[in-house]
Amino acid sequence: MRALAGRFKVTQEGIVFALACVLFLGFAASLHGFLTSGNIIALVRSVSILGMLGLGMGLVVIGRGIDLAMIATMVVAVSWAFSLAQTGMNFDLALLVGAGFVIVVGCITGILVAYADVPAIFTTLAMGLAVYGVGRAYFFKIDVQNVPDNAGWFSFLGVGRVLGVPVPIIAFAILAAMVYLLLRWTRFGRFVYAIGDNLLAARIAGIPVRNLIVAQYVVTGLIAYAAGLVMAASVASMSTRIYNSTMIYDVLLVVVLGGVSLSGGRGNVRSVLVGTLLVGVLLDGMTILNVSYTEQNLVKSIILLLALIADSVINPRDEQTAQQQQGDI
Amino acid sequence: MLRLIAFVLSAFFAISTAYAQDVGLSNAARRAPYYDGLKGKTVVFVPLAMGFDLTEGWAAIMRRQAADLGYKFEIRDPNWSTDAGTRALTSLIAQKPDLVIVHNPDVQSYSRPIKRLEQAGIKVLQVNLESSLATDSYVGADWVKVGYVEADALVKQCGPGTSGKVAIMQGVPTAASNLYELFAYHDVFGKHPNMKIVSEQAANYDPAKERAIMETVLQQNPDLCGVVGNWDNQDVGAGAAIQQAGKTGKVYVVTSGGGTKDGCDNIRKGLLDMTVSYNVPLQGDILNQQIVELLLSPAKAGTVKNTYYTPLTILTKDNLTPRNCWSLSELK
Repeated sequence: MRALAGRFKVTQEGIVFALACVLFLGFAASLHGFLTSGNIIALVRSVSILGMLGLGMGLVVIGRGIDLAMIATMVVAVSWAFSLAQTGMNFDLALLVGAGFVIVVGCITGILVAYADVPAIFTTLAMGLAVYGVGRAYFFKIDVQNVPDNAGWFSFLGVGRVLGVPVPIIAFAILAAMVYLLLRWTRFGRFVYAIGDNLLAARIAGIPVRNLIVAQYVVTGLIAYAAGLVMAASVASMSTRIYNSTMIYDVLLVVVLGGVSLSGGRGNVRSVLVGTLLVGVLLDGMTILNVSYTEQNLVKSIILLLALIADSVINPRDEQTAQQQQGDI
Repeated sequence: MLRLIAFVLSAFFAISTAYAQDVGLSNAARRAPYYDGLKGKTVVFVPLAMGFDLTEGWAAIMRRQAADLGYKFEIRDPNWSTDAGTRALTSLIAQKPDLVIVHNPDVQSYSRPIKRLEQAGIKVLQVNLESSLATDSYVGADWVKVGYVEADALVKQCGPGTSGKVAIMQGVPTAASNLYELFAYHDVFGKHPNMKIVSEQAANYDPAKERAIMETVLQQNPDLCGVVGNWDNQDVGAGAAIQQAGKTGKVYVVTSGGGTKDGCDNIRKGLLDMTVSYNVPLQGDILNQQIVELLLSPAKAGTVKNTYYTPLTILTKDNLTPRNCWSLSELK
């Protein structure tokens, strides 16, 4: 096994990609109507928002953090913007207010993690509750906010098409390209990897570690906000109830599945795309097969377990990974 | 002489005022026990969550009557968490309110705590989503009937000459509304051989999830004839997918809901075709009636089992009147 791994450099990303291909071919051969352009577009479209959130989560996980407040930030900021617009504020201005809120939340989270040294997993867990609570108590009373009537161009984000491709897919593609460029070609991106790989070494090397961590949470929040806007545009409303759903775990699933290591420093945009693809193929195939809700959850969890087992067989723990401060979460 | 006239006049006024005091009846014998019997009582509402049309509507109406009649009305909001709801109910056993109004997340979870409430002498009124355990009263939709009405409407739309293909959109699989409706759907569609159920998926009250499911179903079955759904708030997702596919009017979407203005707007926009409305303002009035009846009744908790199935209104594009479509600001 290890010799094999050495020769082909088997990675978790590779395995998941192979798995996605096998499933894809299997469904294509056995399910009538799976391999049509319409269905493929529907497949990608249905996971594009999950993928966008995965990109944001991936970024912060690579920097050895985690943002469990993503969904809360997304639903509260978007709902607040909508409710402001419904009470007469200019819609574009309301969207800016929402973005401002996201930046404030990202800064608070980042400062708590970077300067107060509170572990990210607890900070963001608490921040999620706080953000949701503040939103429900003070910003809006009804938990589903409809897109206001003065929204104009906004619905294009959700239902528009460019050259036959739905806008959510295009938004996902653009965001993936942006995050790729950010991680790969900017100083910020390289520093995120450096922090994720070894925080102390990064600090000794002179990287402004704390400011970077704050920036990381702000960027992730903004990505979540963008995903939220696309999501709201496609169903003409934002339901804050999804904060109570398992969506945040689905986002983590997409990220971890593709091989972004929870201990930081490893993974890239491609890993997130591969993870999203696998989840998309699975969900689409199971919907066509009319598999029941509980069985779908079961299949999803089994796939995740298999991916984790495969990872630990191919990349066994060694002294170095075991010694990492945070270890596996 | 003048003195005599003054005396007569004053006597006349005295008599007439005394007489005026006796005009009409105080009805104290009936009014006193009614108002005194309600004053100072405590009613607690445990909804699925606050913040959505149904619970906000009921609460607004119940709160108004409580303020008017002088009993205490409290809300314990578990915010979609069955755990938090169970804890709230358990803590109520010790707090001993006079009446607990329960909105069940599913048919099973609350059946033990509400039984213990009744054993502790606290009356339990269930609203719109029932538990498998019957308590003092249930006010809400007859979900089996809602299911029959919805399914019959689709049978009419998707008769011979159409593909007869229908998709069922479940809500939360274990909720009362879902289980009872499913029974009716399958019962009706089973009796019509031309009806084919091509998809049966749960959207968990989430319109975005339902939209994704619907998109896939439409790809598989471009000739889909109709959709029956669990709740208008989630089924706008199916409507959005149908609209995006350019099939508005070709796929008939039937659902149920509380009849809010937002829901009516979605019918007007063509996202939904027909909503079986259980009319929240009417349910609120009936809840108020049941609250008074249960608070005043000398019967012990758990001895009477009332059921009141609220009337259903069928909403389509043709009858979206203000009477059928309510908004929260009107109720407050």
